[in-house]
Amino acid sequence: MFKKVLSGLVILTFATCAFAAKDKNSIQVKGSDTMVNLGQAWAEKYMQENPGDFVSVTGGGSGTGFSSLISATCDIAMASRNIKEKEITLAKQKGVIPFEIKVAMDGLAIVVSPKNPLSKLTIDQLANIFTGKIKNWKEIGGKDEVIVVLSREVNSGTHVYFKEHVLRKNDPNSKAEFSSGALMLSSSQAIADEVAGNSAAIGYYGMGYISAKQKPIMVAKDEKSEYESPTIENVVNGKYPISRPLFLYANGQPQGLAKKFIDFCLSKEGQDIVLKTDFVPVK
Amino acid sequence: MRRFKEFIIEKLILVCGVASIFFVVLIFLFLAKEGLAVIKTVSPFKFLFGKSWYPISEPAQLGILPLILGSLLVTLGAAIISVPIGVGCAIYIAEIAPVKLKEILKAGIEMLAAIPSVVLGFIGMITLAPLVKNIFHLPTGLTALSGSIMLAFMAMPTIVSIAEDALYSVPKNYKEGAFALGATHWQTIWRVMLPAASSGIVAAVMLGIGRVIGETMAVMMITGNAAVIPKSIFVPVRTLTATIAAEMGEAVVGSEHYFALFAIGIVLFVISFAINVTADLFLHKRQ
Repeated sequence: MFKKVLSGLVILTFATCAFAAKDKNSIQVKGSDTMVNLGQAWAEKYMQENPGDFVSVTGGGSGTGFSSLISATCDIAMASRNIKEKEITLAKQKGVIPFEIKVAMDGLAIVVSPKNPLSKLTIDQLANIFTGKIKNWKEIGGKDEVIVVLSREVNSGTHVYFKEHVLRKNDPNSKAEFSSGALMLSSSQAIADEVAGNSAAIGYYGMGYISAKQKPIMVAKDEKSEYESPTIENVVNGKYPISRPLFLYANGQPQGLAKKFIDFCLSKEGQDIVLKTDFVPVK
Repeated sequence: MRRFKEFIIEKLILVCGVASIFFVVLIFLFLAKEGLAVIKTVSPFKFLFGKSWYPISEPAQLGILPLILGSLLVTLGAAIISVPIGVGCAIYIAEIAPVKLKEILKAGIEMLAAIPSVVLGFIGMITLAPLVKNIFHLPTGLTALSGSIMLAFMAMPTIVSIAEDALYSVPKNYKEGAFALGATHWQTIWRVMLPAASSGIVAAVMLGIGRVIGETMAVMMITGNAAVIPKSIFVPVRTLTATIAAEMGEAVVGSEHYFALFAIGIVLFVISFAINVTADLFLHKRQ
């Protein structure tokens, strides 16, 4: 009995030591769900090469990342959209100066079920589908089925990006909104699952989530342009019209461990990981 | 020395007792402080009865009518499903089941209560939603109905255990009297036991509903979360709780969206407070 207690105490002491040590050289990375897999891959490789440093990565959405950065509960925020004016003002009030680093590119795939006969759409058609103006697949040459529109929740950078660049077509004065009948799902995986099982559904997510159970739609800027599919090549050469930058945000010029980690992400090795997780490198 | 020890312990327990009330008051004050600030941007009437919920647009549209109706619809559906089954189950356990089966059933219901709601939600998303879609030929299975069915499972344990308790505490001589007058077992249950236990059963139902309206994770996963005013139970809905859970991460602290989410919290608090008070009134009536 005594021995057990003793060994328990010893373990506890070690654990606290480890914990205390962890505080000094550990960083919290938080934000975009799109980037969670990428962030985790970076963190794993980084920790392998720098034993003793701890990087913990969690998701929650770009907005979540920004609010954590502002409230200083994380060191680096991952974001699939630019920080908003409002968020910058708020950050400054709290003494945080967001510093943006572009680390990768991502193509947004529009996906339907493989059972859906449609294979290409223009941005205009997409905007009309997602705002609810087109309600039935037959209006755009599909089967006579009500379109089930799937979107991410409002805490998702993907949601914001899609609204600004597809629904509103980069027009800051546009008032276009997602159709109020659009289903708001809480993760990209939930959209992937629903699209896989529902022949009338259409959704969007980062192209890393494409699998054999969903069919990516070829997209054209307008009727005169070529229809392009979301591949790494088409994102790199800019042919695919819905692609976006992915960012890391730090508080001011990154320093110490944060700088070391961000440098790693931008290194050749870090950018190789970007490619491996189905995103597009920036360097 | 001994008396001193008694004194200390007494006071400690007093602190524990008062703590819970203290915390409730604190929580309410915080909710009120953060939530009422929404009045600065949108009038209470527009907030409660506005028909569109676009919290992150410029300017934001903060109308929670679709969310309130969504919550009520899912809750009503869950009540319609769980009350008859729950009360029936309670009658069976309290009156009819043999002792051995009774124990098994009770254990089973306790197990049902122990399943985390996120697990139920996940199971519902994978199995129930496609089933609902195929049976009713709907465009999608992520509907208010799926949410109601799932929540009915969650309300059942509360309803069964409290209703069974109420039936159990009906004095034995009521039953014996009914039998002596030549009533059958069913007549006794229907005409004597149920009316005698009615206040307890109503309390059970209310507490079950209270559990349902506050439930978050499972509904967020299977109701589709579309903020439209529901016209039937076969369409996706967005509930008050799911809205708070899904959007809290995005809301910038101190923004109108943030205050609006707290105001939703107040609305929820008021609803579940009303339900709990009603349940309490019925429980006290019984005693």
